[in-house]
Amino acid sequence: MTGARRRILVIGAGGLGCPALYALAPKLAERGDTVAIADDDRVDVSNLHRQILHRTEDVGRYKVDSAREALGRRWPSLTVETQRVRVGAGNVHELLRGHDVILDGTDSFESKFLLNDACVQARLPLVHGGVTRWSGQLMAVVPGHACYRCLFEAPPPEGAAASCQEAGILGAVAGVIGARMADEALAILDGKPTRAGVLQVYDARSGESRKVRLRPRPSCAACGTRTEAFAS
Amino acid sequence: MATVRIPTPLRKFTNGSEEVSAAGKSVGELLADLEKNFPGIKARICDDAGAVRRFVNIFVKDEDIRFLQNLETPVKDGDEVSIVPAIAGG
Repeated sequence: MTGARRRILVIGAGGLGCPALYALAPKLAERGDTVAIADDDRVDVSNLHRQILHRTEDVGRYKVDSAREALGRRWPSLTVETQRVRVGAGNVHELLRGHDVILDGTDSFESKFLLNDACVQARLPLVHGGVTRWSGQLMAVVPGHACYRCLFEAPPPEGAAASCQEAGILGAVAGVIGARMADEALAILDGKPTRAGVLQVYDARSGESRKVRLRPRPSCAACGTRTEAFAS
Repeated sequence: MATVRIPTPLRKFTNGSEEVSAAGKSVGELLADLEKNFPGIKARICDDAGAVRRFVNIFVKDEDIRFLQNLETPVKDGDEVSIVPAIAGG
Protein backbone atom coordinates (compact mmCIF):
# COMPACT_ATOMS: atom_id res chain seq x y z
CA MET A 1 0.00 0.00 0.00
CA THR A 2 2.97 2.35 -0.10
CA GLY A 3 2.97 4.91 -2.90
CA ALA A 4 -0.71 4.92 -3.80
CA ARG A 5 -3.19 7.20 -2.02
CA ARG A 6 -4.69 5.36 0.88
CA ARG A 7 -8.02 5.51 2.64
CA ILE A 8 -8.42 5.01 6.37
CA LEU A 9 -11.81 4.66 8.01
CA VAL A 10 -12.18 5.64 11.67
CA ILE A 11 -15.46 4.42 13.09
CA GLY A 12 -16.31 6.49 16.14
CA ALA A 13 -15.20 10.08 16.73
CA GLY A 14 -15.14 9.67 20.49
CA GLY A 15 -12.62 8.71 23.13
CA LEU A 16 -10.53 6.51 20.86
CA GLY A 17 -11.37 8.07 17.54
CA CYS A 18 -10.35 11.60 18.47
CA PRO A 19 -6.77 10.86 19.59
CA ALA A 20 -6.40 8.37 16.76
CA LEU A 21 -7.44 11.00 14.21
CA TYR A 22 -5.16 13.56 15.80
CA ALA A 23 -2.21 11.17 15.56
CA LEU A 24 -3.03 10.05 12.02
CA ALA A 25 -3.65 13.48 10.56
CA PRO A 26 -0.13 14.82 9.99
CA LYS A 27 1.07 11.67 8.25
CA LEU A 28 -2.05 11.31 6.16
CA ALA A 29 -1.98 14.98 5.18
CA GLU A 30 1.65 14.70 4.18
CA ARG A 31 0.94 11.72 1.93
CA GLY A 32 -2.30 13.00 0.47
CA ASP A 33 -4.28 10.13 1.96
CA THR A 34 -7.95 10.30 2.90
CA VAL A 35 -9.42 9.76 6.34
CA ALA A 36 -13.10 8.91 6.61
CA ILE A 37 -14.97 9.30 9.89
CA ALA A 38 -18.25 7.60 10.73
CA ASP A 39 -20.32 8.44 13.81
CA ASP A 40 -23.93 9.45 14.44
CA ASP A 41 -23.49 10.85 17.91
CA ARG A 42 -23.51 14.45 19.12
CA VAL A 43 -20.93 16.06 21.37
CA ASP A 44 -21.85 16.04 25.04
CA VAL A 45 -20.13 17.96 27.82
CA SER A 46 -19.22 14.63 29.45
CA ASN A 47 -17.16 13.78 26.37
CA LEU A 48 -14.84 16.75 26.52
CA HIS A 49 -12.24 15.36 28.94
CA ARG A 50 -11.20 12.65 26.50
CA GLN A 51 -12.67 13.43 23.09
CA ILE A 52 -10.02 15.94 22.30
CA LEU A 53 -11.19 17.15 18.90
CA HIS A 54 -14.40 18.55 20.37
CA ARG A 55 -14.64 21.88 22.19
CA THR A 56 -17.14 23.31 24.63
CA GLU A 57 -18.74 25.28 21.80
CA ASP A 58 -19.25 22.02 19.89
CA VAL A 59 -21.60 20.58 22.53
CA GLY A 60 -24.76 19.54 20.76
CA ARG A 61 -23.17 19.34 17.32
CA TYR A 62 -22.58 16.13 15.43
CA LYS A 63 -19.19 14.66 16.28
CA VAL A 64 -18.24 14.08 12.65
CA ASP A 65 -18.75 17.77 11.88
CA SER A 66 -16.83 18.90 14.94
CA ALA A 67 -14.01 16.46 14.21
CA ARG A 68 -13.78 17.40 10.54
CA GLU A 69 -13.50 21.07 11.38
CA ALA A 70 -10.94 20.47 14.15
CA LEU A 71 -8.75 18.48 11.79
CA GLY A 72 -9.17 21.10 9.09
CA ARG A 73 -8.04 23.90 11.38
CA ARG A 74 -4.72 22.19 12.04
CA TRP A 75 -4.22 20.30 8.78
CA PRO A 76 -6.03 22.21 6.04
CA SER A 77 -4.56 19.96 3.35
CA LEU A 78 -5.95 16.78 4.90
CA THR A 79 -8.78 15.16 2.97
CA VAL A 80 -11.55 14.30 5.41
CA GLU A 81 -14.79 12.55 4.54
CA THR A 82 -17.57 12.12 7.05
CA GLN A 83 -20.63 9.97 7.37
CA ARG A 84 -23.25 10.66 10.00
CA VAL A 85 -24.03 7.01 10.56
CA ARG A 86 -23.89 4.34 13.26
CA VAL A 87 -22.32 1.07 12.16
CA GLY A 88 -24.70 -1.86 12.28
CA ALA A 89 -25.36 -5.20 10.64
CA GLY A 90 -27.35 -3.50 7.90
CA ASN A 91 -24.61 -1.12 6.74
CA VAL A 92 -21.26 -2.46 7.89
CA HIS A 93 -20.18 -4.01 4.61
CA GLU A 94 -21.05 -0.91 2.61
CA LEU A 95 -19.33 1.28 5.20
CA LEU A 96 -16.08 -0.67 5.00
CA ARG A 97 -15.91 -0.80 1.23
CA GLY A 98 -13.12 1.11 -0.46
CA HIS A 99 -10.89 1.56 2.58
CA ASP A 100 -7.44 0.16 3.24
CA VAL A 101 -7.55 -0.08 7.02
CA ILE A 102 -10.30 0.28 9.59
CA LEU A 103 -9.97 1.69 13.11
CA ASP A 104 -12.55 0.59 15.66
CA GLY A 105 -13.31 3.50 17.93
CA THR A 106 -16.77 2.24 18.79
CA ASP A 107 -18.03 1.89 22.33
CA SER A 108 -20.07 -1.29 22.43
CA PHE A 109 -19.30 -4.99 22.44
CA GLU A 110 -21.87 -5.50 19.72
CA SER A 111 -20.13 -3.15 17.32
CA LYS A 112 -16.66 -4.47 18.13
CA PHE A 113 -17.64 -8.03 17.34
CA LEU A 114 -19.54 -6.87 14.26
CA LEU A 115 -16.54 -4.97 12.92
CA ASN A 116 -14.23 -7.87 13.58
CA ASP A 117 -16.44 -10.32 11.76
CA ALA A 118 -17.02 -7.97 8.82
CA CYS A 119 -13.33 -7.13 8.45
CA VAL A 120 -12.40 -10.81 8.59
CA GLN A 121 -14.96 -11.55 5.89
CA ALA A 122 -13.71 -8.67 3.74
CA ARG A 123 -10.06 -9.46 4.47
CA LEU A 124 -9.62 -5.89 5.63
CA PRO A 125 -7.09 -5.02 8.32
CA LEU A 126 -8.72 -3.78 11.50
CA VAL A 127 -7.19 -2.01 14.46
CA HIS A 128 -9.25 -2.84 17.53
CA GLY A 129 -9.18 -0.74 20.68
CA GLY A 130 -11.10 -0.78 23.94
CA VAL A 131 -10.84 1.18 27.17
CA THR A 132 -12.46 1.20 30.57
CA ARG A 133 -11.57 3.17 33.69
CA TRP A 134 -7.79 3.18 33.64
CA SER A 135 -7.08 0.22 31.35
CA GLY A 136 -6.98 -0.30 27.64
CA GLN A 137 -6.45 -2.98 25.04
CA LEU A 138 -5.55 -3.00 21.40
CA MET A 139 -4.76 -5.49 18.72
CA ALA A 140 -4.42 -5.63 14.95
CA VAL A 141 -6.70 -8.05 13.14
CA VAL A 142 -4.89 -8.91 9.94
CA PRO A 143 -4.92 -11.94 7.65
CA GLY A 144 -2.86 -14.81 8.96
CA HIS A 145 -3.30 -13.97 12.61
CA ALA A 146 -5.86 -14.33 15.37
CA CYS A 147 -8.94 -12.17 15.10
CA TYR A 148 -10.82 -10.54 17.96
CA ARG A 149 -13.26 -13.44 18.16
CA CYS A 150 -10.37 -15.90 18.45
CA LEU A 151 -9.59 -14.09 21.69
CA PHE A 152 -13.09 -13.37 23.00
CA GLU A 153 -15.58 -15.85 21.65
CA ALA A 154 -18.68 -13.80 22.29
CA PRO A 155 -19.73 -10.51 23.87
CA PRO A 156 -20.82 -10.51 27.51
CA PRO A 157 -24.55 -10.80 28.10
CA GLU A 158 -26.48 -7.66 29.00
CA GLY A 159 -25.44 -6.42 32.40
CA ALA A 160 -22.36 -8.61 32.72
CA ALA A 161 -19.97 -5.79 31.96
CA ALA A 162 -20.26 -2.11 32.79
CA SER A 163 -20.60 0.30 29.90
CA CYS A 164 -18.12 3.13 29.55
CA GLN A 165 -20.78 5.50 30.85
CA GLU A 166 -21.18 3.40 33.97
CA ALA A 167 -17.53 2.55 34.58
CA GLY A 168 -15.97 5.76 33.36
CA ILE A 169 -12.81 6.22 31.35
CA LEU A 170 -9.68 8.06 32.35
CA GLY A 171 -9.08 10.54 29.54
CA ALA A 172 -5.38 9.81 29.34
CA VAL A 173 -6.02 6.09 28.80
CA ALA A 174 -8.19 6.81 25.79
CA GLY A 175 -5.47 9.10 24.51
CA VAL A 176 -2.77 6.46 24.85
CA ILE A 177 -4.79 3.71 23.20
CA GLY A 178 -6.12 5.98 20.45
CA ALA A 179 -2.62 7.17 19.61
CA ARG A 180 -1.34 3.60 19.55
CA MET A 181 -4.19 2.62 17.28
CA ALA A 182 -3.09 5.31 14.87
CA ASP A 183 0.47 4.10 15.08
CA GLU A 184 -0.64 0.57 14.29
CA ALA A 185 -2.81 1.71 11.39
CA LEU A 186 0.15 3.51 9.84
CA ALA A 187 2.31 0.44 10.35
CA ILE A 188 -0.30 -1.69 8.62
CA LEU A 189 -0.41 0.73 5.72
CA ASP A 190 3.34 0.38 5.43
CA GLY A 191 2.95 -3.40 5.34
CA LYS A 192 4.52 -3.92 8.77
CA PRO A 193 1.91 -4.46 11.49
CA THR A 194 3.43 -4.64 14.95
CA ARG A 195 0.43 -5.90 16.90
CA ALA A 196 -0.84 -8.74 14.75
CA GLY A 197 -1.27 -11.86 16.81
CA VAL A 198 -0.87 -10.03 20.09
CA LEU A 199 -3.15 -8.23 22.49
CA GLN A 200 -1.53 -5.22 24.08
CA VAL A 201 -2.88 -4.45 27.54
CA TYR A 202 -2.20 -1.08 29.14
CA ASP A 203 -2.71 -0.13 32.78
CA ALA A 204 -2.53 3.59 33.46
CA ARG A 205 -2.22 3.16 37.23
CA SER A 206 1.02 1.25 36.94
CA GLY A 207 2.03 2.75 33.63
CA GLU A 208 2.71 -0.76 32.43
CA SER A 209 2.08 -2.15 28.97
CA ARG A 210 2.40 -5.80 28.18
CA LYS A 211 1.54 -8.12 25.34
CA VAL A 212 -0.09 -11.52 25.39
CA ARG A 213 0.33 -13.81 22.43
CA LEU A 214 -2.75 -14.83 20.52
CA ARG A 215 -3.27 -17.82 18.29
CA PRO A 216 -5.93 -18.30 15.61
CA ARG A 217 -8.58 -20.55 17.07
CA PRO A 218 -9.65 -23.27 14.58
CA SER A 219 -13.21 -23.20 15.91
CA CYS A 220 -13.47 -19.39 15.75
CA ALA A 221 -16.89 -18.43 14.40
CA ALA A 222 -15.38 -15.53 12.45
CA CYS A 223 -12.15 -16.81 10.96
CA GLY A 224 -11.96 -20.45 11.97
CA THR A 225 -12.95 -21.87 8.60
CA ARG A 226 -11.01 -19.15 6.84
CA THR A 227 -7.74 -19.56 8.69
CA GLU A 228 -6.03 -21.15 5.72
CA ALA A 229 -7.42 -18.60 3.28
CA PHE A 230 -6.78 -15.83 5.75
CA ALA A 231 -3.16 -16.86 5.86
CA SER A 232 -2.69 -17.01 2.10
CA MET B 1 2.20 -19.34 44.93
CA ALA B 2 1.50 -17.87 41.52
CA THR B 3 1.00 -14.20 40.74
CA VAL B 4 -2.37 -13.39 39.30
CA ARG B 5 -2.83 -10.14 37.42
CA ILE B 6 -6.25 -8.71 38.13
CA PRO B 7 -7.92 -6.66 35.40
CA THR B 8 -9.40 -3.28 36.19
CA PRO B 9 -13.05 -4.41 36.27
CA LEU B 10 -12.29 -7.04 38.94
CA ARG B 11 -10.14 -4.97 41.29
CA LYS B 12 -13.12 -4.04 43.40
CA PHE B 13 -12.97 -7.64 44.65
CA THR B 14 -9.25 -7.44 45.50
CA ASN B 15 -9.38 -4.14 47.37
CA GLY B 16 -7.89 -2.40 44.35
CA SER B 17 -4.88 -4.69 44.03
CA GLU B 18 -3.71 -5.25 40.47
CA GLU B 19 -1.70 -8.31 41.45
CA VAL B 20 -2.42 -10.93 44.06
CA SER B 21 -0.86 -14.24 45.01
CA ALA B 22 -2.85 -17.42 44.74
CA ALA B 23 -2.22 -21.07 45.56
CA GLY B 24 -2.98 -24.01 43.37
CA LYS B 25 -1.42 -26.50 41.01
CA SER B 26 -3.83 -25.71 38.19
CA VAL B 27 -5.73 -22.71 36.89
CA GLY B 28 -8.92 -24.20 38.34
CA GLU B 29 -7.36 -24.48 41.78
CA LEU B 30 -6.04 -20.95 41.47
CA LEU B 31 -9.52 -19.62 40.76
CA ALA B 32 -10.89 -21.49 43.75
CA ASP B 33 -8.21 -19.92 45.92
CA LEU B 34 -9.02 -16.50 44.53
CA GLU B 35 -12.66 -17.02 45.38
CA LYS B 36 -11.76 -18.07 48.92
CA ASN B 37 -9.78 -14.88 49.48
CA PHE B 38 -11.88 -12.54 47.36
CA PRO B 39 -15.48 -13.74 47.44
CA GLY B 40 -17.49 -13.01 44.37
CA ILE B 41 -14.60 -12.77 41.94
CA LYS B 42 -15.00 -16.21 40.46
CA ALA B 43 -18.52 -15.56 39.22
CA ARG B 44 -17.13 -12.75 37.07
CA ILE B 45 -14.64 -15.12 35.50
CA CYS B 46 -16.55 -18.39 35.28
CA ASP B 47 -20.12 -19.26 34.48
CA ASP B 48 -22.49 -21.39 36.54
CA ALA B 49 -21.04 -24.54 35.04
CA GLY B 50 -17.57 -23.53 36.11
CA ALA B 51 -16.24 -22.82 32.61
CA VAL B 52 -14.38 -19.60 31.85
CA ARG B 53 -16.81 -17.07 30.42
CA ARG B 54 -16.61 -16.52 26.69
CA PHE B 55 -15.64 -12.87 27.04
CA VAL B 56 -12.80 -13.59 29.44
CA ASN B 57 -9.43 -15.10 28.72
CA ILE B 58 -6.81 -16.51 31.05
CA PHE B 59 -3.16 -16.66 30.17
CA VAL B 60 -0.45 -18.58 32.00
CA LYS B 61 2.91 -17.04 31.23
CA ASP B 62 1.26 -15.25 28.32
CA GLU B 63 -0.12 -18.48 26.81
CA ASP B 64 -3.88 -18.78 26.34
CA ILE B 65 -5.12 -21.65 28.50
CA ARG B 66 -7.56 -22.68 25.78
CA PHE B 67 -4.53 -23.87 23.82
CA LEU B 68 -3.11 -25.59 26.87
CA GLN B 69 -5.34 -27.58 29.21
CA ASN B 70 -7.98 -24.99 30.08
CA LEU B 71 -8.74 -25.06 33.77
CA GLU B 72 -6.45 -28.08 34.16
CA THR B 73 -3.49 -26.08 32.88
CA PRO B 74 -0.67 -26.62 35.36
CA VAL B 75 0.58 -23.66 37.34
CA LYS B 76 3.88 -23.59 39.17
CA ASP B 77 5.15 -21.34 41.92
CA GLY B 78 6.25 -18.06 40.47
CA ASP B 79 4.14 -18.37 37.34
CA GLU B 80 2.31 -15.27 36.18
CA VAL B 81 -1.36 -15.76 35.38
CA SER B 82 -3.31 -12.99 33.65
CA ILE B 83 -7.07 -12.63 33.58
CA VAL B 84 -8.06 -10.55 30.56
CA PRO B 85 -11.71 -9.65 29.99
CA ALA B 86 -13.08 -7.98 26.92
CA ILE B 87 -13.55 -4.24 27.36
CA ALA B 88 -15.49 -2.07 24.98
CA GLY B 89 -15.32 1.53 26.02
CA GLY B 90 -14.44 4.00 23.31
